Amino acid sequence: MARPQQWSEDDVLEFVTLKAGGQSYCIEITQIREIRRWSPVTALPQAESAVLGVMNLRGAVIPIVDLAARLGLGKCDASPRHVIMVVAVGDKTVGLLVDSVSEILTVSGEQICEAPAMGRGDVPNSILGLISIEEGMSRILSPSVLLPSVLREVA
Amino acid sequence: MSRDDLKATFFAECEDLLEQLSEGSQDMIAGSADDDTVNAIFRAVHSIKGAAGAFGLENLVTFAHCFETVLDRVRSGELVPDTDALHTILRSGDMLADLVELAQADSTEIPEAMPAILDKLNELSGTAAEDAGDAAADMGADMDFFGFQPLVLDPLGEEGDEDTAPAQAGETCFRIRLTASSDLFRNGHDPVLLFSELAMLGHVETRCDLSALPEADAFDPERCYLNWDLTLRGQMTEDAVRDVFMFLEDLCQIEAVDDPGADGAEPVPDLPPPSVAEETAPPQVEFRAAAPRETAPAPIELALAAETRAPVAAEPVNPAKGAAKAASPVPQTTLRVDPERVDRLINTVGELIINQAVIAQKLQETGLASNSDIMSDLDDYQYLARELQEGVMAIRAQPVKPLFQRMQRIVREAADSLGKEVVLVAEGEGTEIDKTLVERLAEPLTHMIRNAVDHGIESPEKRIAAGKPVMGTIRLSAAHRSGDVLIEIADDGAGLNRKRILEIAVSKGLVPADAKLSEPEIDNLLFMAGFSTAEKVTNLSGRGVGMDVVKTAITTLGGKVTISSRPGEGTLFSISLPLTLAVMDGMVIHAAGQTLVAPLSSVLETIRPRPQDIVPYGREGRLLSIRGTYVPIVHLGNLLGFTCGDEISSENILILIRSERSGHVALAVDEISDQRQVVVKSLEGNYGAIEGISAATILGDGRIALIIDTDAILTLAGDLGRDVALIEETQHGKTAAMV
Repeated sequence: MARPQQWSEDDVLEFVTLKAGGQSYCIEITQIREIRRWSPVTALPQAESAVLGVMNLRGAVIPIVDLAARLGLGKCDASPRHVIMVVAVGDKTVGLLVDSVSEILTVSGEQICEAPAMGRGDVPNSILGLISIEEGMSRILSPSVLLPSVLREVA
Repeated sequence: MSRDDLKATFFAECEDLLEQLSEGSQDMIAGSADDDTVNAIFRAVHSIKGAAGAFGLENLVTFAHCFETVLDRVRSGELVPDTDALHTILRSGDMLADLVELAQADSTEIPEAMPAILDKLNELSGTAAEDAGDAAADMGADMDFFGFQPLVLDPLGEEGDEDTAPAQAGETCFRIRLTASSDLFRNGHDPVLLFSELAMLGHVETRCDLSALPEADAFDPERCYLNWDLTLRGQMTEDAVRDVFMFLEDLCQIEAVDDPGADGAEPVPDLPPPSVAEETAPPQVEFRAAAPRETAPAPIELALAAETRAPVAAEPVNPAKGAAKAASPVPQTTLRVDPERVDRLINTVGELIINQAVIAQKLQETGLASNSDIMSDLDDYQYLARELQEGVMAIRAQPVKPLFQRMQRIVREAADSLGKEVVLVAEGEGTEIDKTLVERLAEPLTHMIRNAVDHGIESPEKRIAAGKPVMGTIRLSAAHRSGDVLIEIADDGAGLNRKRILEIAVSKGLVPADAKLSEPEIDNLLFMAGFSTAEKVTNLSGRGVGMDVVKTAITTLGGKVTISSRPGEGTLFSISLPLTLAVMDGMVIHAAGQTLVAPLSSVLETIRPRPQDIVPYGREGRLLSIRGTYVPIVHLGNLLGFTCGDEISSENILILIRSERSGHVALAVDEISDQRQVVVKSLEGNYGAIEGISAATILGDGRIALIIDTDAILTLAGDLGRDVALIEETQHGKTAAMV
């Protein structure tokens, strides 16, 4: 299977895998700022449903996006067992609400497969590539999908 | 340092120099100028020219050169400036500022007005007009091109006849031969600094040996050809003296002299006789040596007086580079700091305050007695945190002086183009406000000042007819008032023409024809959108955007603007602004399960209504009956979309808020919990703008509360129900009167 263009064959890459909406996803480790427990957020008026609100991250106000809802996998019922991954996308910082964070994958570029083109929905567009893991595969998330939609055109 | 860095430094310095220039020329106009003032202006222009030359900014150099020539004539007394000449000097200062701005934008455009001003300058300097064009070319050959400035080395203090002063008991005398290596300047040394440092130790006599100086054509400006013989007398140790030369160890010889009294009068034997030195450097001839080119604006110049044994102390006269300032005995130092660093500090301090609130809240929850040790320690902590915050805020504070000086120019230009005579009197220029406020105040203030000249001050004929002085006066003042900054713009013009204002408002459909408005209400019509009284569109004011823009700008800054006027006596605009944008007073409220903050500045009063005070209006609308008038009630939770269709009842608490644009609205909320200072955090950094919300803050429990934007809330409320807007319109007059 063809490899996505942004990674060359001998790149050594590290991804953090996570579960959202019951599926395995991963994000390049360089984008991740920190991982913290879920704590209640402050709701925002007129926000899209995937944006749960804003949270105080040591003085910075960051929006929290429900990743499952964003990917169209249904809303996540946030509880203290859930995890917030703080990721940097461009010059923005966003918190992602996910079910759990699993492990760090070290893969070489050649192990990344291109995401097959199918169904022109939002979900496939948000996947940059696939990595095979023991229990199946993990989907590499495109950074732009992580932002609230109000920011996506500027990102 | 890269060239860009140097350029950035140049522009930063230009700002200071232009400020000095502007200040000086104001003094000249006011007639309070002395020789120092003229000198200061001259030096400012000269420094700009010099550095501009180094960066090849030809327009700037050409202009500054002509300007400088005129100033030089004024300085030397050749030209006694009359009103006209002073005017030209002022204009030239403005033009120079324009050119600097253009250069900063990397534009080589020549401003329209430049040729006219150049002509005037040439007239004053007595040179032919065509000379001006060649000035830039001439400059290349001129040493001045590199911005050399004579540094006059004045005698230190008045210690009487120093040459023959006998040595005091306990004094030591050192004789130092400073043989400068040719690389002295290349290594960044500046003998002037050394001498002034020595002068702090004791009495210094210097003798400069010019014998190594080559002919002009063999002269390498980067080399040092000078040697010095120094005699140092005073109570100091040899170590102290050696310390001064710490970095020049190999280049000088220091010897202690046993018999200082006899020695002081005798020339050092191995020196050429004074007459030789005088031949090489005739009296009053400035001798120049250049620093390495990279730091071109920091030359070392020694103006040698005829007297070869002049006691030396360095008093740098407005050095082109700040570095040389270190030489003055009591240096007044200022820091240039990247504003981002200060902002980071402010943010961190904001965090500290929030953190302190969090700790306080947690401790209170543990049920500790308020008189326990830890609680009183916590009070100290709070106190210190506040102190720290105030201190950090003070770093950002800037005097309004530069802003006010810009207004001088606005007045000049506006008065000129309208054929009026107007003087701007600035008061309280030292008042400090937040840097951001200074920047964002510039535009509304410019607009208001122009308005004052255009609409406020009458034409000279009218003023004479009214028995007023021909010269109109605009008073611009700033002062601190109970935690706010009050800025006032007062003119001594004709005052507002209320009849005319009302007519216009009626003709533009802003108020009903039969409306009965009180005088303040008529005055406030000026602030309505789309209102402009200018009968003809001038290029100054009257472009249809008027005072409403000013009002919006001030409101955005969290301020208020009010107007008062007396026919025949003038108009007064008062702007009151918060000291800073980073912290504001807020009322913590709860609505629909959310904690929100309302800016205290827009809260007029809070009301717990009786059931009969809430009047149904239309299908869902509710009005608050208060002191005989009706104010629309808006359910805050519904408005922001947190809840939907909740009824407004007397269970709610109502907050009456003021809107800058349209009357008042009562916000229905569930609870008011507190009134406190909150640290304002932008939402736009990581999210984006939200209608109805201006920013966020962090509460004591570490959670975020949104700060509502009262003006936007009212706009939103307008969208919710036209009925409400309608009733508000008809009630507008009464409502305004009520408050």
